[in-house]
Amino acid sequence: MKTFRIGGVHPAENKLSAGSPIREAALPKQAVFSMFQHIGAPAKPVVKKGDVVKVGTLLGEAGGFVSAPIYSSVSGKVSKVDVALDASDTRRMAVYVDVEGDEWEESIDRSDALVRLEDRPDLDAKTIVEKIKQAGIVGMGGATFPCHVKLCPPPGEKAECVIINAVECEPYLTADHSLMLEKADEILVGVALIMKAVGVERGYIGIENNKPDAIALMQEKVKAYPRIEVVPLKVQYPQGGEKQLIDAVIARQVPAPPAIPISVGAVVQNVGTAFAIYEAVMKNKPLISRIITVTGKSVKNPSNLLARLGTPFSQLIEECGGLPADTGKIIGGGPMMGKALISLDIPMTKGSSGLLIMNEKEARRAEPEPCIRCAKCVGACPMGLEPYLLAKISSQNMWDEAEKECIVSCIECGSCAFICPSHRPLLDNIRLGKSTVMGIIRERVAKK
Amino acid sequence: MSNRLIVSLSPHVHSGDSIQKNMYGVCIALVPALVASLYFFGLGAAVVMLTSVASCVIFEWVIAKFILRRPRTTIMDGSAILTGVLLGFNLPSNLPLWIIIIGALVAIGIGKMTFGGLGQNPFNPALVGRVFLLISFPAQMTTWPVSGSVEYLDAQTGATPLYLMKWAIQSGDVSVLKDMPSSLEMIIGQHGGSLGEVSAILLLIGCLFMIVRKIITWHIPVSILGTVAIISGVLHLVNPIYSDPISVLCSGGLMLGACFMATDYVTSPMVPKGQIIYGVAIGALTVIIRNWGSYPEGMSFAILIMNAFTPLINTYCKPRRFGEVIRKEAKK
Amino acid sequence: MNVILIAVIVLGVVGLVSALVLFLASKKFAVWEDPRIKQVSDFLPQANCGGCGYPGCSGFASACVKAAEGGSLSDLNCAPGGQAVMEQIAGILGLQASAAAPKVAVVRCQGTCDVRPHGVEFDGAHSCKVQNMTGMGETLCQYGCLGEGDCASVCLFGAITVNPATRIAEVDESKCTGCGACAKTCPRGIIELIPQGPKNRKVVVLCNNKDKGALATKECKVSCIGCGKCVKVCEKFEAITLGTNLAHIDPDKCKMCRKCEEACPRGAIKAFNFPPRKPKAEVPAAEAPKPTPKLEVVKETVQSEAPPTNKVETTKE
Repeated sequence: MKTFRIGGVHPAENKLSAGSPIREAALPKQAVFSMFQHIGAPAKPVVKKGDVVKVGTLLGEAGGFVSAPIYSSVSGKVSKVDVALDASDTRRMAVYVDVEGDEWEESIDRSDALVRLEDRPDLDAKTIVEKIKQAGIVGMGGATFPCHVKLCPPPGEKAECVIINAVECEPYLTADHSLMLEKADEILVGVALIMKAVGVERGYIGIENNKPDAIALMQEKVKAYPRIEVVPLKVQYPQGGEKQLIDAVIARQVPAPPAIPISVGAVVQNVGTAFAIYEAVMKNKPLISRIITVTGKSVKNPSNLLARLGTPFSQLIEECGGLPADTGKIIGGGPMMGKALISLDIPMTKGSSGLLIMNEKEARRAEPEPCIRCAKCVGACPMGLEPYLLAKISSQNMWDEAEKECIVSCIECGSCAFICPSHRPLLDNIRLGKSTVMGIIRERVAKK
Repeated sequence: MSNRLIVSLSPHVHSGDSIQKNMYGVCIALVPALVASLYFFGLGAAVVMLTSVASCVIFEWVIAKFILRRPRTTIMDGSAILTGVLLGFNLPSNLPLWIIIIGALVAIGIGKMTFGGLGQNPFNPALVGRVFLLISFPAQMTTWPVSGSVEYLDAQTGATPLYLMKWAIQSGDVSVLKDMPSSLEMIIGQHGGSLGEVSAILLLIGCLFMIVRKIITWHIPVSILGTVAIISGVLHLVNPIYSDPISVLCSGGLMLGACFMATDYVTSPMVPKGQIIYGVAIGALTVIIRNWGSYPEGMSFAILIMNAFTPLINTYCKPRRFGEVIRKEAKK
Repeated sequence: MNVILIAVIVLGVVGLVSALVLFLASKKFAVWEDPRIKQVSDFLPQANCGGCGYPGCSGFASACVKAAEGGSLSDLNCAPGGQAVMEQIAGILGLQASAAAPKVAVVRCQGTCDVRPHGVEFDGAHSCKVQNMTGMGETLCQYGCLGEGDCASVCLFGAITVNPATRIAEVDESKCTGCGACAKTCPRGIIELIPQGPKNRKVVVLCNNKDKGALATKECKVSCIGCGKCVKVCEKFEAITLGTNLAHIDPDKCKMCRKCEEACPRGAIKAFNFPPRKPKAEVPAAEAPKPTPKLEVVKETVQSEAPPTNKVETTKE
C-alpha cells in the first residue's frame, strides 16, 4: 500500500456520514456571498443594491490573476453590498441577495446527460483553462487556491502528470467520498479535461483505503480511460496534503518553499474540483454549489448536502436535525485543519468542505503540561520538522532561528498538536512563527 | 446552546495520549521484571522497591508544594513513581532504608526538581540517585545478595557475574570465568545483582511492549545492545579473557539501562539519527568502562555522560526534511 | 615528602604556564573599544529594553558614539532614560541633545467585559497574537484589546498589566518609560505612544474600531462610531481627524480643552489626569463628584445614555 514517507498520524476516522446519499439542501431566504472565497486578491463586487440577479449571474469579478470571480447561486434582489462575517471569522466585503424564486441564467445546461470529452472535439487546452477561470473554480479541498493558476505552469516548468486528490484524510468528512460514488463518470471526464488542459498523458486518482466502495467503483469506471490510474493509499493523515500525496503516488518530494508541486512535474487537483471543472466546461455552469458534509457525534442525521454557496450554516444544520443543545464548538472544515466558527450565521463558501459540530467535552482542549521531550511530534511531522523546537523558538520570538529550522515548510496539518501527550498548543505557536517569518521573508524580498 | 461557543485554532481533535499514559505504560512494562525480582530476592526486593517509590513521590510532593510553591503538584503524572521504580531497580535488595531515602532525595531533589521538574532535567534522575549512592556508599552498593536469598538485611551475598568478568580481565586468568552462571541462567536472571537488573529476558519483553505501544522507538535500545554485542563479541574472539557477548548483554544493568534508562524521554535525543549516535556512544562507553575502567559496571556512567551530550546532539542532528533528498539529487 | 614536593612543583609549573598563556592571549586578542562607549553605557538605564531600536544598551551606546562622529544625536533617543540621560550622553560626547518629548503608552480600548461582551471563548495558547489568528477573538470587535497580555510580557518595567476584571491592558504611567515595546508587540496596534503632555494631561480617543457606526455600536458600547462630533467641536484647533470611521487626536495640536470628551456621545474620548470637572446643574446630586482627596478615583456623569457607557474616570494626582 502506497503512502508518504515521513511522519504521519492516524486520527479516529469517525466517517459518520459515509454512505449517506447526497441530498439537495433547500434554498436559503437570504444568501451572502463573501468576496473572499479564495486565496489571492479578493473579488470586486460588480452589482449594487437593488440589482436583480439570477442563478449564475456574476456578482464579483476576479481582482487579479490569482483570484476568482464569484457568481450568484440564487435568484433574487441584491439587498446590500456590505461587510459580513465570513468563514475566516472576520468581517469582510460581501454581497447580500434576498432570494426570490429559482431562475437560472439561460446559458447554463441543467440537464443530467453526461457529456464526454469525445463529444466536444472543439475544446483545446486554452479554452478549457479559460472556461475554468471564468467559472470561478478554486481548489475545493479547502485550500481554495484559484484553479486556473495551477493549470498554467510558470515558464520553465513542465507538468508530467495530474494527480487527483480523492484522499479525504480529514476525519468525519465524506463529501468527496459521496461525490465519487454518485458522480464517478463526470469526475473522470473532469480529470480528462484537466489532463488535456495541462497537456499530460498520465493521470492518477489517489484514494485512501478506507473507502473500498469508491475505489472499486472508480477502478471499474476508469477502464474506459487507459491513461488514468486509481491509486489506493494507506489510511494515514495527512495523506491528502498536496506534497504528501505527490510523494505517495509518484514517490517524488517537493523541495522546501518557494518550490511548488509543478517543480516535480505534478499538478494536484481535488476530486471536487474535477467535478466542478466538468460542470463548468461541459455544462457551462459556474461554481455555485458544492457538497458539504454536515456531521458530528451529536448531530441527528449526519449527511452530505449539495448546497448553494452563500447558504448560512444555520440552515444546513437545521436540515440535519438542528443544532444539538450541548454544542461546544462549530468547525468549518474537518477537525484537523478546519476553522472554529464564532457564529452560525456565517455563509458557506467555495472552500466549505464540512461543518462539524462538537459537544463541549470534545471541544475543550486539555490543560497543557510541560514538554517531556518524548519526540513524538518529531516522529509525527510529515515535513520532517521538529515541532517542539519550532513552537518554543516561536514563542520566544526567535525568528532567525525559526527560519533556519525551516518553519515555512510547515503545512499546518496539526499532527504535532494531535499527538502531543502533554497537550501543548504546538501548532498555535508554530503558526504564529510561520506567519511572522513569512512576513520577514516577504519584506526582505521586497527590499531587494 | 447551553454555553458560549469555544474557538481555537486547529487541530480540534487529540490523540488522547497523555503523560500519564506514557509513564504508567513504562511502569507496566517493568512489572514482569519486578515480579521476577520479587521471586529472586523476596522480601528485600519488596522493601527496597516500596521505600524507593514512596520516598520519591513524597519528596516530589514536598518540594513542589513547599519549596517551589507550585499551584498544582504533579505527583499523579506517574513520573515520580517511575523514577522511584527505576531507582529501586538499580539498588541491591539488602540496602538499608536510610540509604534508599537519601538516594530518592538526590534523585528527585537534585536530579529533577532543581531544574524545574518534569521535562527540564538534563540527567536521568534515577541514575543521578544511583550514582550518588554508588559513590557515597560503595560498600553497601556493591555487596549484592545472590539470587534466591529472600531475606532483607541479612541476605546471603556473593560475587556477581560482572565482578567475575572484571576479575578475569584484571588477573588475565580465563579460569575465573568458570564460576559464571550459564547463558540460560544469565538470561532468566538466576544470578546476583541489583534487584531489577537480573532478568534480561523479562526486561526485553517490557521493552518490546513499549515499542509496540509506541511509547518509545526502537532506535536507542537496538543501537546500545547492538554496539555492546559487536564490540564485546570482537573482544571475546581476540582474547577469551573478555566474556562472551551474551553474558555481557545479560549482566549488570545493561539491559535495564538500554531499555528503560537510556530511553528516558527527557534526557535522550529527539531525532532518530541522534538517538542512534547516542545509543552507539552509550554502548561503546559501557564496554570501555566495564573492561578498562575501575568500576565493574559502566552503564550508569555511560548514560549520564551521554545525557550531557544530548543538547549537543539535538542541535546538530536534524531530521530528514521533506524534499531534502530531491534537492541533493538535483544538485548532483 | 618527595611526593608532596613533586606535586607542588608540578602544580606550580602548570599554574605558571597557564598564567603565561592567558596573559599572552589577552594581549594578542585584545579588542580596542572606544572608551566613550563604556562611559555612555554607564549612564544608560541598563534595562536592555530595545526601545531605541538597538540590541540592548551597549548597542545603543556604540550607536551614540558612532553618531557623535557624524556630529548629531538627533536620531537617537533613550526612552526610559529620558531627556536627562540624553543630555548627559551629549555632554560626554561634546554635543547638544535634541529635545525629545517623553512619551507614554496608552491602550486605546475601553472594551471591558460589561460593555463588550465576550461572545465566544478562546481555548489555546495564551497569547494575543495566537488569539488574533482566530480572526475575531473572543468578542465581536476585531479591533479591540484581546487581553492575553502580550504587552505585559514584553514590558521590562512592569508598567503594563492586564486587569483580570476588565480583561483590558492598563498602563501605569508612573512606570512607563515610553520604550514602545508593547506598541510593537500588540497584534492589533491598539497601544499608541503619545507625548506625556503638560502635567501628564492628555486627551485620547480610547478606541480602535474602524467599523461603520451601526456595526461599531453593536460590537461595543464605548466604541468610536466615527460620527464626527468631536471634529466639529475642535474646529478651532483642528486637532481631531476622522480616519476610517475612527477619530484621532493629534497630541501636538490638542489644547486640552476637553470639549471633545464632552461631545462624544459614546464616551470613547477620555481625558487623563485632569482635575474633576465642576458638576453640571442637571446631574443628580447623588452622582455629583465630591472634592477629591489624593489619588481617589472619581466617577463623573457626562451625558445621559446607557448608564455604564458614559462614566468617565479621572484620576487626580
